[in-house]
Amino acid sequence: MALARRIIPCLDVDGGRVVKGVNFVGLRDAGDPVEIAARYNREGADEITFLDITASSDNRDTIVDVVERVAEQVFIPLTVGGGIRSLKDVNKMLRVGADKVSFNSAAVANPEVVREASDAVGSQCIVVAIDAKRSDSDNMAFEIFTHGGRRATGIDAVAWAEKMQAYGAGEILLTSMDRDGTKAGFNLPLTRAIAEAVDIPVIASGGVGNLQHLVDGVVDGKADAVLAASIFHFGEYTVGEAKAYMREQGIDVRL
Amino acid sequence: MTAQKIAIVDYNMGNLRSVYNALAFLSPKSDIQITHSPDVIEEADRIVIPGQGAARDCMEAMQAAGVKQRIAPWIASGKPIFGICMGMQLLFDHSSENEGVDCLGIYGGTVRRFETDSSGDRKVPQMGWNAVEQREHPLWHGIENNAHFYFAHSYYLTPSDDNISVGLTDYGRVFTSAIARDNVFACQFHPEKSADAGLQLIKNFLNWNPVS
Repeated sequence: MALARRIIPCLDVDGGRVVKGVNFVGLRDAGDPVEIAARYNREGADEITFLDITASSDNRDTIVDVVERVAEQVFIPLTVGGGIRSLKDVNKMLRVGADKVSFNSAAVANPEVVREASDAVGSQCIVVAIDAKRSDSDNMAFEIFTHGGRRATGIDAVAWAEKMQAYGAGEILLTSMDRDGTKAGFNLPLTRAIAEAVDIPVIASGGVGNLQHLVDGVVDGKADAVLAASIFHFGEYTVGEAKAYMREQGIDVRL
Repeated sequence: MTAQKIAIVDYNMGNLRSVYNALAFLSPKSDIQITHSPDVIEEADRIVIPGQGAARDCMEAMQAAGVKQRIAPWIASGKPIFGICMGMQLLFDHSSENEGVDCLGIYGGTVRRFETDSSGDRKVPQMGWNAVEQREHPLWHGIENNAHFYFAHSYYLTPSDDNISVGLTDYGRVFTSAIARDNVFACQFHPEKSADAGLQLIKNFLNWNPVS
């Protein structure tokens, strides 16, 4: 028997508000993080991910306050990413109530930080987020990008996921960059390539526009969990509807 | 819910904030202390023993915090006690983690690591939502049988006396995911992260008056 597949609403947080962009730009206000997180919890979300997309470091501490307030009212696992650079950042988030913390650009700049954090707090607390898209190069199928998708790295996405697993990552949060915000569905070849390469859970993200896309991510992409933002924020679907649909399609979910 | 004194036993293993938050959410008027002070714990109406991390570290941390020898007398006192995750495993005889660690030995049983499975379907640690099949116990009141709870662990308990098991979970093998005896209830999963089912379990604990 395997675990239930998870549905994870993602809140992009900027200056203490939830926002949502298309292809990493063009932000639109979607509401108060505590209210939204509480609503998703009521609807049956299995976990909530906060992504701090604050551009200026002055506002960085607003995410700490958001996590702390949500953790007082929402009793499911909480993951925080965006701007996490060190074990100190990890500890700060865990102390205010996060259960997992996600590294992205900092892991590329210094992979040892993943090992250090995982040794200190356990790999179940450490997620590595990967933003990837199809590569034009002959050497690799998918390339990873950092800094909110702005900076190419020349690193092969599959090799990178394997390396992060070896460094102690407990989970991979994989965003199909060229799909993010497009509502065209996950990049399934990318998702499957990563899911088949590693033994740790893979969360598929980027591009969900309808409920069938969630099913495709699990069935064709082989993801352990699916993450979505805009289909939930703007009321197109509830998390409960998403779960009911997945169950109808034969996927084991927690209802 | 009536105001009461609740002690969360702090021996420096793991983040106790979520456990605190859940208790405070359910019983805002209660006096909830995160503490290793025997005086505070012995004065409390109810005791919660959480814990995260490796078995050896936890046993050493219990020793260092001065709580290791006191858990058995606290249990004997008849107060309602709730163990979570390592706070359940450590009540038993032995864990095979870290080349073998003797635990508190309050109950008979051993803790072993899950075998990995070649198909890749079953990952270790088990991290996520799994179903718990209930055996009769007042703490399951209002919770559907086979409701899902949130797990994050690599080691599982096999008690010597099967009658102590009150919750069973299937993760490649069926293992004991909750135990109860007299005034003690303990579980492998994290009720403080298990949404409504978890909150209901904690609420039932706060209302529980075990007959001893």
